[in-house]
Amino acid sequence: MTHTFLLEIGLEEMPAKVVAPSANQLKELVKTHLKENGLGYQGLDVYSTPRRLAVSVTELEEKQADRNETVKGPAKRIALDDAGNWSKAAIGFSKGQRASVEDIVFKEVNGEEYVFIEKEIKGQSAELVLKSLADRLPSMTFPVSMKWGNTSYKFIRPVHWLVALLDDKVVDMPLFDVVSGSETRGHRFLGNAVTLKHASEYQAALKREAVIVDREERQGEILKQIKALCQENNWQDPTTNVSLVNEVTDLVEYPTVFHGSFEESFLKVPEVVLETAMADHQRYFPVREDDQDAAFLPYFIAVRNGNDQGLDHVRKGNEKVLSARLADAAFFYEEDNKHAIDYFVDKLKAVSFHEKIGSLYEKQERIECIAQFLIPYFDLKSEAEADVKRAAQICKFDLVTQTVTEFTSLQGQIAGIFAGERGETDTVSNAIAEQYLPDSMEGELPRTKAGALISLADKMDSLLSFFAIGLVPTGSNDPFALRRQAMGIVRIIKAFDLPLSITDWMDAIILETQNIETKALYEQNKDSVSRFILDRLDLWLSKNADLEKDYDIRAAVLWSSHDNLIVLIDQARVLKEEKQTEKFKPVVESLTRVANLAEKAANNVTVNTELLESDSEHDLNDAVNAIEMMTEKDITAEQRWQQFVQLHPLIDAFFDENMVMAKDEAVKTNRLALLNRINKLARPFAKFNALVIK
Amino acid sequence: MEEVKTFQDIILTLQQFWSQKGCMLMQAYDTEKGAGTMSPYTFLRAIGPEPWNAAYVEPSRRPADGRYGKNPNRLYQHHQFQVVMKPSPKNIQELYIESLKALGIDPLKHDIRFVEDNWENPSLGCAGLGWEVWLDGMEVTQFTYFQQVGGLEVDSVTSELTYGLERLASYIQDVDSVYDIEWAPGVKYGEIFMHPEYEHSAYSFDHSDTTFLFSQFSAFEKEALKQIENNLVHPAYDYVLKCSHAFNLLDARGAVSATDRPDYLKRIRHMARLIAKAFLEERAKLSFPLLKDNEADKWIEKYGVKEEK
Repeated sequence: MTHTFLLEIGLEEMPAKVVAPSANQLKELVKTHLKENGLGYQGLDVYSTPRRLAVSVTELEEKQADRNETVKGPAKRIALDDAGNWSKAAIGFSKGQRASVEDIVFKEVNGEEYVFIEKEIKGQSAELVLKSLADRLPSMTFPVSMKWGNTSYKFIRPVHWLVALLDDKVVDMPLFDVVSGSETRGHRFLGNAVTLKHASEYQAALKREAVIVDREERQGEILKQIKALCQENNWQDPTTNVSLVNEVTDLVEYPTVFHGSFEESFLKVPEVVLETAMADHQRYFPVREDDQDAAFLPYFIAVRNGNDQGLDHVRKGNEKVLSARLADAAFFYEEDNKHAIDYFVDKLKAVSFHEKIGSLYEKQERIECIAQFLIPYFDLKSEAEADVKRAAQICKFDLVTQTVTEFTSLQGQIAGIFAGERGETDTVSNAIAEQYLPDSMEGELPRTKAGALISLADKMDSLLSFFAIGLVPTGSNDPFALRRQAMGIVRIIKAFDLPLSITDWMDAIILETQNIETKALYEQNKDSVSRFILDRLDLWLSKNADLEKDYDIRAAVLWSSHDNLIVLIDQARVLKEEKQTEKFKPVVESLTRVANLAEKAANNVTVNTELLESDSEHDLNDAVNAIEMMTEKDITAEQRWQQFVQLHPLIDAFFDENMVMAKDEAVKTNRLALLNRINKLARPFAKFNALVIK
Repeated sequence: MEEVKTFQDIILTLQQFWSQKGCMLMQAYDTEKGAGTMSPYTFLRAIGPEPWNAAYVEPSRRPADGRYGKNPNRLYQHHQFQVVMKPSPKNIQELYIESLKALGIDPLKHDIRFVEDNWENPSLGCAGLGWEVWLDGMEVTQFTYFQQVGGLEVDSVTSELTYGLERLASYIQDVDSVYDIEWAPGVKYGEIFMHPEYEHSAYSFDHSDTTFLFSQFSAFEKEALKQIENNLVHPAYDYVLKCSHAFNLLDARGAVSATDRPDYLKRIRHMARLIAKAFLEERAKLSFPLLKDNEADKWIEKYGVKEEK
């Protein structure tokens, strides 16, 4: 016979974003527990609402399987005394095994007889196995935990009830000071407490108490109601905003969708502002006409935690709140509309970007300077060059507008809109609007070249500035999101295929930096910044270039002497492909040998052909001459690798036929110089001795 | 039940309700402050192991929020109804919902929601977890379980409920502007507060003497630090509150540069931390009088000043 087990943790309202991940965590915890205890089952379902996390295990086995165990004791000669009586050791051993000396048998191990006791271990009942689950529950982890009352327990929110039912029987498994039982609670206002008669009636019983515990079902219900409302009114379906759908799903136990309206005059406020006020602040869905123009309409869709009782009150209340918010937004927008861009730019002088770095105005000036250097890499038309310059000169102006002060998440976007409204070109407006992209590790990239350019300049300036004052990310502490910005640099360079050397870029910035102190600090931190960016490239390669397991290829490329990111990405790709071929191992071995010896070479010695003795030396030297003719710009990473492939038999012959560390100092120096030249070709490609070859 | 309608009805109802639930009715503290949390009846009493249940109205001054009486929702001074219960009772959420019912708000006819909002007051070194409570989408109460006060992890968790009385009243009375709220029968909020709102805004934004305020800040700070050394916790704390208000006035006047701002906040936080520590020591010296004898011992052991040999 199999069983059904239900575990429900009831608590005070959890943060919406924590609900689903925590329910999954509970599921994994139960799964691990059952697996480690060898208790089989068929189904493992997970349920969650803001006030509860639950799992239900179906067709759970009655008990663990019985098993036999043979335990080895002392040697026979110790177990029996001279008279053939059981020694203390033997009695003690059998007692320890909860058996008696009568159960002892002898078996030979490596030529000596030992005492053994064979035991049958009865499998534990499902109930016993589940009881010990209690020890695991407090180990659940959350983004932030809290304590309450006079206790020192830590959990996401105070725990109020615990249902642990094996079929119809309560399993005794306390969590903190809450004992388990069979009583669960319904919706805060629409439902009552209810005693479950059986674990299997969980969903149905709570539905009667106005709680939909199945998250998917609850979300389905929300989607269905929203879609019906939109169809009825010819509105666009707004549920494409998945994160908002998820959030409202985890804010309600029993959803009822309704809509409200606001004054049409608020529509003059930029749509992103209206959207933010509705979606981010109030968790409403904005409404658009379902036709080509998709015009923004003065309505909103909201989800209530309850049924349709008093829905008019609820609608009116929500309309009042939104109205007040939009009135605020409209006020700020109109205040901002009184001023031209220059007015705001001027105010940037008084606002500090960071107290040790300087004002926003100064940051803007640096961005303009860095942008100049980047222009040639972007293949821009001449009028666009002027636009980039203009965009850089004003890019931070919205940070002192009242609209952005109120809606901080709209920085950049507001600048783009305001710039357009004040007659700037599309290129300028778009570039400013995109300056903060990507705003997360995997966020959307700038679409325009000018936007990518400003974004790169801004990010590099932040890296150099914060490194210069010693505010470098440590551990999980990265308050200025420098890792994210460095990753943004990597992703933009790749997406726009920019042949940009990080070092050249920083050198150019340092050259232009007037302040002597800052110049010195930039110079000091150049290598750290470069390494910081390459560390992000490492992460990028493992995620996006199928190199997660090829740590050696990543290391070889990242510690090569090159710092042009797209070239490094290309070289990593070639190494990954070539790793499958037969040639890979011998080529890598040859070049590693070259690299190890080249370390001994003096750097500025050229090869003297007069001193070349053997044919193999001449052959190798000729080949190297030919290869050196072709610069990196002429050949692809594949071709470079093929050159190494062709070089490798010549290198091997050279090593076979010549003694590098020759007695004649001149010959030795000459041979090392030759190897050094090969190494100079190989180093920009990879640090060959970092590659693992089997 | 009589209908709760005027602003003073709301106060009376909440006082009645929470006193029945075991809260002492305290009075507003007589020093300017930005929030009810800063009253010693919350800030100091949240420190240490002693129980504390109190409710009071706290007029809260936020100079930067002044709008010359012209904005329907923003005020130089608004009123908070503050409830603190320590240790947090198990049924504190249920009590809170009952208090809304006492105000005539039927949860079945409204949408009451607990939306995550973790609260932090960096200038006092306080942090807590909790929610903003939404009534049909409007934030009417801040609900917090204190986790840290004056930089110290709490021994016993205080649950703090801060009702925004103007918001609640404008909702209950269904008016769009706080100035239209009826304070007492026949007397409007605006008739009492429009005049001081205008004058305080004008003072904070246009007329305050920044030299005077800066010197005040420094003088109050000096006095606070001196009294901390004398272990006079309460007088010292009064001066911290005065510092904080002087800073808020300077901030509203735009006299504090973005660069200097963190430094001022740090100075206030530093004093708040010293006071939190000193308060705990002083209470230990008094053997934590609000604790029952058998409970006090372990805490005296933990915090008591060790006799010097």
